[in-house]
Amino acid sequence: MVQTIASIPLPVMENLQIKKNRLEGGSGEERKRLSVVTGIHGDELEGQYVCFELNRQIAANPQFLHGIVDIYPAMNPLGIDSITRGIPGFDLDMNRVFPGNDNGSMTEHLAARIIEDLEGSDLCIDIHASNIFLTELPQVRINELHRETLVPIAEKLNVDFIWVHQSSTVLESTLAYSLNSRNTPTLVVEMGVGMRITKAYCQQMVRGIFSVMHEMGMWSGPVDAPRKPMIADRDDAVLFLNAPVAGVFISQARHGDRLKKGSPVGVIVDPLEGSILERMKAPEDGILFTIREYPVVNEGSLIARILREEALA
Amino acid sequence: MRTEIIYENRSLYRDSFKVQGYVFGTGEKSVCIIGNMRGNEYQQLYACSRLVRALQNAEQQDMLEPGFEILVIPSVNPYSMNIEKRFWPIDNTDINRMFPGYVEGETTQRIAGGIFEKIKDYKYGIQFASNYMPGKFMPYISVMKTGFEVPEMARKFGMPYVVLRNPRPYDTTTLNYNWQIWETQAFSLYTTDTENIDKISAGRGVKAIFSFLSSLGLVRYSGHGGYHSQVVDDEKMITVRTPYAGLFEPEVTVEQEVQKGMLLARILNPVDGETTSRIYAPEDGIVFFMHSKPLTYGHTAVFKLIPASL
Repeated sequence: MVQTIASIPLPVMENLQIKKNRLEGGSGEERKRLSVVTGIHGDELEGQYVCFELNRQIAANPQFLHGIVDIYPAMNPLGIDSITRGIPGFDLDMNRVFPGNDNGSMTEHLAARIIEDLEGSDLCIDIHASNIFLTELPQVRINELHRETLVPIAEKLNVDFIWVHQSSTVLESTLAYSLNSRNTPTLVVEMGVGMRITKAYCQQMVRGIFSVMHEMGMWSGPVDAPRKPMIADRDDAVLFLNAPVAGVFISQARHGDRLKKGSPVGVIVDPLEGSILERMKAPEDGILFTIREYPVVNEGSLIARILREEALA
Repeated sequence: MRTEIIYENRSLYRDSFKVQGYVFGTGEKSVCIIGNMRGNEYQQLYACSRLVRALQNAEQQDMLEPGFEILVIPSVNPYSMNIEKRFWPIDNTDINRMFPGYVEGETTQRIAGGIFEKIKDYKYGIQFASNYMPGKFMPYISVMKTGFEVPEMARKFGMPYVVLRNPRPYDTTTLNYNWQIWETQAFSLYTTDTENIDKISAGRGVKAIFSFLSSLGLVRYSGHGGYHSQVVDDEKMITVRTPYAGLFEPEVTVEQEVQKGMLLARILNPVDGETTSRIYAPEDGIVFFMHSKPLTYGHTAVFKLIPASL
């Protein structure tokens, strides 16, 4: 059943509405609730296909559902409609306004309504798609503060990689931090690239969600065993490659590649003079899990992230 | 005065990105003043450029005391301003969310890191700042409560109000916050506008800085000494919201004294002109902030009042 969780009038003959679809199976007080959230950043669309497929597959086999699945495909509907990462009109990253304030500004009010609706879920999965600049291997990112609770769940989500990262004050305004600190376990998924849908990754994520639902006792249909993810839980497990010069980046590796030290990641070229400005190479053995998608780079632009082989040992 | 390139990096097709500083005097690194950090902060650039001019005149008239160095950086972000974009051209990141920066990190982290390295050792830091709320403000000095703040020093600008506020999580990556953490006494100076030039409030800002420099013994300045500033806690201000969206039709102006029950603005239905809401002053006070866009969303703060009871 489609429900509106927040509705705010816009100035000229329009309401901003945030909707969810509630799918229910079984009965009883003990039923668990899974919330799948996406579209906080309006330019990240991978979650759209995940929501579509999750809806479709549950609707095709409702007898297997024993619990509540809430699907929120568009937390930032104005952003999705206008290819805007933040909230249009506010120049504001929606994932920096949580937990919001019911008596605050429009954006804070929306954030508060979202938290109110999600709080109490047995699990929340917040699906992101990197941005338009980078492609990501399907991964879960976990704040080290919530490592104990979240890593065991993330291991069932059929992702390639789990990244436990350092805590940061800035990230305290995210949806995931706000929910986790209210004892609603929330996983942040990053996969694919902004403004595109990578069907294979979306299908991998849908299989992972069914696997987690099975683990939670919410899904009795057949599920695939989740793949075993690599886990980075040390500060120095990840290497960052940034562009030393401005230019056009041409990649020579794909994400997921197992790179040897010195193997090519890509080149930065100058189309005006036809010269190669920089050859980017793997500084160590490792697995490429982030690679530059948008070719134009400034000095400092992120080119790649590599999970150090040594950190996996 | 001498000019100095504070930070530079090369672009593929554009002229190099350059941040230029104007240095007055030599000696103790006393005061650093920053202008626009975002591409739409025209008023901040304008006010800072007037400050450079005023300091040049002061130097020519031998009004600067020896033994001190004042650094002014009118524009931290010429690239965004030249293309009329608020944030960084390629990835839309905000330099003022990247401090203290990281010189081996991403582009705007490098810019923040490169600049911070050059400005972190000044005793006092002043930023011509813009507020995240779109609208007009009374000129004021803002000080973040980090535990290192000294509100008494902020009074030396002679602005009518010094506003103290608690940092929010995202403030921890702003210049002002990091200056304080690195033991620079930091102040944000707000003039009335951001995207439009307001000559009068820019002039007040420049005078306020001269008052401050004079109080430190850096400049011999005999102009108007300014106000005996009132220190106001941000949380004590009265926020007046519109419950409804629509056309915003104000009836008052910034700095105006208002009485309880006075009509501050009307919200109009944008297609038939009907008044959907009247917004009244909940208490006697002074209009500190006023929304200035033609349209307003619902649940939006359209006024902030400093209550007369303070």
